[in-house]
Amino acid sequence: MGGFDLAYLTAALPLLWEGMQVTLLLTLFGVVGGLALGAMLAVLRLSRARLLATAAAGYVTFFRSIPILLGIFWFYFLVPIWLGHSIDGFYAALVGFVLFEAAYFCEIIRAGIQSVRRGQILAGLASGLSYRQTMRAIVLPQALRNMLPVLLTQSINLFKGTSLVYIVGVRDFLTAADVIGARDNRIVEMYGIAALVYFVICFAASLLARRLQRRYAI
Amino acid sequence: MIEIEHLSKWYGDFRVLTDCTTTVAQGEVIVVCGPSGSRKSTLIKCVNGLEPFEEGRIAVESISVGDRKTDLPKLRARIGMVFQNFELYPHMSVTENICLAQIKVLKRGKAEAVARARALLERVGLIDHAEKYPGNLSGGQQQRVAIARALAMDPIAMLFDEPTSALDPEMINEVLDVMVGLAEEGMTMIVVTHEMGFARKVADRVVFMDEGRIVEDAPTDVFFAAPRSERARLFLSKILQH
Repeated sequence: MGGFDLAYLTAALPLLWEGMQVTLLLTLFGVVGGLALGAMLAVLRLSRARLLATAAAGYVTFFRSIPILLGIFWFYFLVPIWLGHSIDGFYAALVGFVLFEAAYFCEIIRAGIQSVRRGQILAGLASGLSYRQTMRAIVLPQALRNMLPVLLTQSINLFKGTSLVYIVGVRDFLTAADVIGARDNRIVEMYGIAALVYFVICFAASLLARRLQRRYAI
Repeated sequence: MIEIEHLSKWYGDFRVLTDCTTTVAQGEVIVVCGPSGSRKSTLIKCVNGLEPFEEGRIAVESISVGDRKTDLPKLRARIGMVFQNFELYPHMSVTENICLAQIKVLKRGKAEAVARARALLERVGLIDHAEKYPGNLSGGQQQRVAIARALAMDPIAMLFDEPTSALDPEMINEVLDVMVGLAEEGMTMIVVTHEMGFARKVADRVVFMDEGRIVEDAPTDVFFAAPRSERARLFLSKILQH
């Protein structure tokens, strides 16, 4: 296998970068979609309408109790049977990520909102603010600060978790590294590089999370 | 100015307030006291509608608090409230705390709101802390900011919910001094407190509560000299012993 070949790596870079773009896109859409759906679920979970709250709680429990890979299988293998046509692996996985992440984000957002003392709401209402104004000016800014580190951690988890698309043949970063390594018989180097890249990105992101936490902690 | 008539409140089947009746005239200072769990806080939170009630009537300047048609935010904006745990907004500076409702509710301009905030901070002796965050202030300082925040709305009355019971002893007086000043200026006040020295000094009447009932409602000197009820006597003997 010889020494580490810089020239070889340079040649592999474009393919790796293509894979990384897919990974980043999956992460970005997964986080944005998961946050949007999760926020809606959190609002339902905290609402006084018991039926809605129970339904949202059921959703969360259900998706948290199932491996995400199984979810991807559904959308990749089962849903196409009902639909009558195949679904691109990228979209099948993305739908899975959004639906599953939403369950986690819902709980993070709910915990964030509930971490704000009830007295803060009373103080806002007592000063003449409407409930909506109180939520927007007093509760949500504090909730967001409290949940920021956990949101980032969960996003980092998803970043790593997107590598599951390997199973459905989507060429993400890890898949790209694997394909190149197998093609050129450079598995050790490619797996090493993949690990290094994941580590650097995740470590940097977790440092950022810690800094944000310190900066915005109240 | 504030009339509470035959007020009763339940949590489910559990009755927490029973037939409470009292009135507060303009400029009057009422101290509400009683053993813990006597629902003093619950009673004053009914006055600005923070706690709903099922029976009876509360009117503030003839506006019914329990009426569904009443614009509660508008009513609350005219009644200042100070909480046991201060409840300053931790993500805002002292000045921002005092400006928030002025701007959002009273629609004052930013410059006007800040000017009002600074005048009030001057008054409570905290102008040097205007740009600090609540977390960097002592409890006594936070409570004085909370009083300034309530006063910034130019309230017609002030509700104090155990304003000194979360404070270290050496900080109690700095808060009571501000409250005494307010009382002497003629502010209408309902104060839930165990500070009997404060009650003797500025209260016009003392309302004594036990188990959700108003047991005694008497002029201050009468209450301290000769409480009518056995429970009030027992309460006073316990807290005035030392």
